[in-house]
Amino acid sequence: MVEELLQSQPGLLNFGIFFLLATVLLLVVLGFVTYAILAERKVMGFMQLRHGPNQVGGRWGLLQTVADVLKLLLKEDTIPKLADRPLFILAPVIAFAPAFMVLATIPLTDHLQFADIGVGLLYYIAISGLTTVGVVTGGWASNNKYALLGGMRAAAQMISYEIPLVMSVIGVILFAGSLNLNDIVAAQDEQGWFILWQPIAFLVFIIASVAELNRTPFDLPEAESELVAGFHVEYSGFRWAFFMLAEYVYLFAMASLTTVLFLGGWLPPFDFLGFIPGAVWFALKFSVVIFFLVWIRVTFPRLRADQLMEFGWKVLLPVALANIFLTALVKELLKLF
Amino acid sequence: MLRTEEMLLNVGPQHPSTHGVFRLVLKIDGEIIKEAKPVIGYLHRGTEKLAENLQYTQIIPYTDRLDYLAAMTNNYVLCHAVETMMDLKIPDRAEYLRVIAMELGRVASHLVWWGTYLLDIGAVSPFLYAFREREMIINMLNELSGARLTFNYMRVGGVKWDAPEGWIEKVGEFIPYMREQLKGYHDLVTGNEIFMNRVKGVGRYTKEDAINYSLSGANLRCTGVKWDLRKDEPYSIYDRFDFNVPVQEGGDAWARYHVRLAELEESLKILEQAVEQFPKEGEILAKVPKIIKAPKGEAYVRIESPRGEIGCYIASDGKKEPYRLKFRRPSFYNLQILPKLLEGENIANLIAILGAIDIVLGEVDG
Repeated sequence: MVEELLQSQPGLLNFGIFFLLATVLLLVVLGFVTYAILAERKVMGFMQLRHGPNQVGGRWGLLQTVADVLKLLLKEDTIPKLADRPLFILAPVIAFAPAFMVLATIPLTDHLQFADIGVGLLYYIAISGLTTVGVVTGGWASNNKYALLGGMRAAAQMISYEIPLVMSVIGVILFAGSLNLNDIVAAQDEQGWFILWQPIAFLVFIIASVAELNRTPFDLPEAESELVAGFHVEYSGFRWAFFMLAEYVYLFAMASLTTVLFLGGWLPPFDFLGFIPGAVWFALKFSVVIFFLVWIRVTFPRLRADQLMEFGWKVLLPVALANIFLTALVKELLKLF
Repeated sequence: MLRTEEMLLNVGPQHPSTHGVFRLVLKIDGEIIKEAKPVIGYLHRGTEKLAENLQYTQIIPYTDRLDYLAAMTNNYVLCHAVETMMDLKIPDRAEYLRVIAMELGRVASHLVWWGTYLLDIGAVSPFLYAFREREMIINMLNELSGARLTFNYMRVGGVKWDAPEGWIEKVGEFIPYMREQLKGYHDLVTGNEIFMNRVKGVGRYTKEDAINYSLSGANLRCTGVKWDLRKDEPYSIYDRFDFNVPVQEGGDAWARYHVRLAELEESLKILEQAVEQFPKEGEILAKVPKIIKAPKGEAYVRIESPRGEIGCYIASDGKKEPYRLKFRRPSFYNLQILPKLLEGENIANLIAILGAIDIVLGEVDG
């Protein structure tokens, strides 16, 4: 349907349909984020001998996040007197908008995808890099020393980890022969999941994506024990919520991308399980990835800034590069036989 | 024109990792610390001055509030000083109760240190695990003294309350449980690559530095000096127990971590023996007059608190209040080396170094 619309003449009706679709996607994502936060808190609670939310919305705390969001909406919106006002207001938007933009390309099932772009993977990586600008802007505009340090750390970290992230997916691209996310899943249908073919790439990708997501052990930009809250120390109310929202939407996006690139997207693990719809498989794999990310967060201490850099440039990047070489070699050898 | 300038950064007094109201004025170049100036005194209550107008028993609650993580040791050092002046003979049962309470306090205190240190390093979960075990100790001490933190348990000549029925057995059951948990701690944290990278070689000082700066406790033993007052100048009944003094050679945060975790095990060893030898019958308070008067003169006693050597000096002119009272508060002395350690380090290391010293601000500020 989207294809036809894209081909047709631009008009008010088309615009309306696109607007509606985007709203639907936004609602789906926000709905997810609401419960991802709850799930994370519950899983963390379970691992840390706590209950997690259990008051608002029954004993599972089903409405806790809703209540939190309402609270954030009602909170006073403070802007420091000496802050760079326009930038301060703009920063959360810059951080959040790309997080939402990348979601359009993720194929949730073979039918459910909002934009089937030929270079979907490239689009994802390029757009997701923009969030850093928002974070650095927020850190700078706050006119706060802790925020500035957090912003600088964020910039350094994102640059160092974007590169291994991109390098690690090149192995996948070589095997699939396409940058289109649909084609990548289709290729896994023929060749088997890429986590089996690309274990090194998978490892590098997971580590780099945790760093991209600013989560423990790479949560340096907002290291609460060092920088209090890092780049968003001066933000309150809904502006702060936007930063958090961006973070969780990225969690959604990264987990989806991991599922698509390495875990076979909506494909069932065995053919005889094919009667279960693709959406269920996607959701299952996706939840496993999310659980894994939460697990990492609960278990590890934080790296130091210089160690983080060293690890990114001296370990992850060479490993990712070696993986590209190895992948190309394997692919050529496979052709021979 | 491009230029760089030093930045003045206030860490604290309200900051998540200063463990209380402690302030550090930093001059930083990027994230590198050029100069660090600690500012203390936000929690100063003038305990020593207040004590001059209080009877000896009335001072005890004030000592609870010095090192509030190991209040039992503070209780003891004051009582011990007065007892030394009065030359009192303490009943066995009281001494055992005191030692059990103090060692439980030491375990609880080290647990808090372990948890909060990992919290500083960025891992949240260990804190909650440590507090699970600490909660059990706190509950036991609560049953013993009626308070969870500020026990006010010891008296000149003995202790205030006898152990409730079944309490000693409860302590006995706790020991193997705690040993099991300690293994879990090592599995979760000690071998963790990230943790090792964060603490190895961080905040290193030499044996000479440690002695010159008058460090004590784990901060001294991490440089290879085998000095523990429980062993070297046995007070109370510590000479009856068989335990080791854990020592490390490194002098860095990693060494301090190992010393403290090993001390936990030694404390459990002492507890085990104390529970075994615990006298079934006996008094819990020596024969002391209603109003305690230390004879004219002065005395200084020192004991091993979880944080190091805590001392109490009393000068008395024979009245029911001390003429002058002074505590040697180990956190205060241990903190003195901080500016030297911080020079040239980055902010992430600042937290790792400060945390490894293990200060309690109630004690630093007196």
